[in-house]
Amino acid sequence: MSGILNSSIGRKFAMALSALFLMFFILQHFAINILSVFNPDTFNEVSHFMGTNPLVQYALQPVLIIGVIFHFVMGFVLEIKNRNARQISYAKNNGAANSSWMSRNMIWSGGFILVFLIIHFIDFWFPEINTKYILGDMSGRINPEDVTSAFRYHEELVHKFEPIWRVALYCLGFVFLALHLLHGFDSAFQSVGANNKYTKGLKGFGKFYAIVVPLGFIFIALFHHFSFSH
Amino acid sequence: MNLTLKIWRQKNANDKGKMVDYQISDVSPDMSFLEMLDVLNESLVAKDDEPVAFDHDCREGICGMCSLYINGEAHGPDRGITTCQLHMRKFKDGDTIYIEPFRAKAFPVIKDLIVDRSSFDRIQHAGGFISVNTSGNTIDANAIPINKHDADDAFSAATCIGCGACVATCKNSSAMLFVGAKVSQFALLPQGQVEATDRVLNMVKQMDEEGFGNCTNTGACEVECPKGISLENIARMNQEYLKASLKG
Repeated sequence: MSGILNSSIGRKFAMALSALFLMFFILQHFAINILSVFNPDTFNEVSHFMGTNPLVQYALQPVLIIGVIFHFVMGFVLEIKNRNARQISYAKNNGAANSSWMSRNMIWSGGFILVFLIIHFIDFWFPEINTKYILGDMSGRINPEDVTSAFRYHEELVHKFEPIWRVALYCLGFVFLALHLLHGFDSAFQSVGANNKYTKGLKGFGKFYAIVVPLGFIFIALFHHFSFSH
Repeated sequence: MNLTLKIWRQKNANDKGKMVDYQISDVSPDMSFLEMLDVLNESLVAKDDEPVAFDHDCREGICGMCSLYINGEAHGPDRGITTCQLHMRKFKDGDTIYIEPFRAKAFPVIKDLIVDRSSFDRIQHAGGFISVNTSGNTIDANAIPINKHDADDAFSAATCIGCGACVATCKNSSAMLFVGAKVSQFALLPQGQVEATDRVLNMVKQMDEEGFGNCTNTGACEVECPKGISLENIARMNQEYLKASLKG
């Protein structure tokens, strides 16, 4: 077992496991965010629970951060190793003849997702950490002094999507997420050795997931932008 | 047909190499690609020029010797064939054809279009074999009942001719389709179980030491493989490797 991460297959396996974990997280994130459209009160309740529950905050959140960092770092490490494996490029290479654009450009879609993620952290995560753990306000309310005051989460979310440039940026980020998932979903299953009679169905579900979930996120951003401006 | 050929010329392993243009005329559409190169070489020899060095042997699509990256694809634009099975009818009069060696750090160029694929041999030496009792008590392989599905899959994996098109095609120069096929052909059969753990660990270790890249599941290798080796073999190798790592 020792040294499994030093092997090409071990690294591929670890990359796939972190991808599967992140895909599950994205689904969970989407399930909560869509509540902001259909039921703001429930969205507030769930957001408060996720933002203050010790298990989520001190156990799941660090695991998620480690998973995200690992996936990006390993992605870049593998890309460098792979580029080193061919030191002279072909004068003519017809990659489109045998593979999808998404599969050949995971590093670019992943790189853009990283840029998006940094912006997303600056927009939501850092202010949240500042409010809770630096300013010490764990109330989750618009007016922390007033216990009858409404929760601030939905209010903050809607205001964030007021500027059109941010909405456009988020939509672009989700397009890159879709492109990344269109290859990444079934690639993760292939990497852990799951290529069998269920693969065809899994690929179909993967395409559905890769398109519907990012589209859903785009819908949420657009919904809040237009509902705010009216 | 009249064609323009852009061919990689490299005097030896240490030479820098470059693409050189050649004009060739009166090419018959019925010629194989290698016959077209033979005609080119005859004309070069007649002019006291150095002929283009390229690998070939059986010219029947069996040996895996002929390589060549033609117009951006391993073994050219056709599917399920080696370069010797590619015919000039696949091209049009006036075409420009790029002819390059298989590119990978683990496949260094020896001369012109010939590359050293002995890294594949070293991977095979590391574990691509089974131990058979040859002392007079050899068991007839046909006497061992094997599930038909497994036998078919093992045979399919065993059709890999080790040509290296998978490596040449893969954007990462990964050899996982080749190694996956070699691991699978034994992993599926009872004769392969004795050395199963060591086989996959040693072959993957050797593959990594040779400097091949990591598979990112683009599937290009499966498309370009002249023998149609399936990606299922890579998934099986991944499973075998994980099992072996947990055991070892």
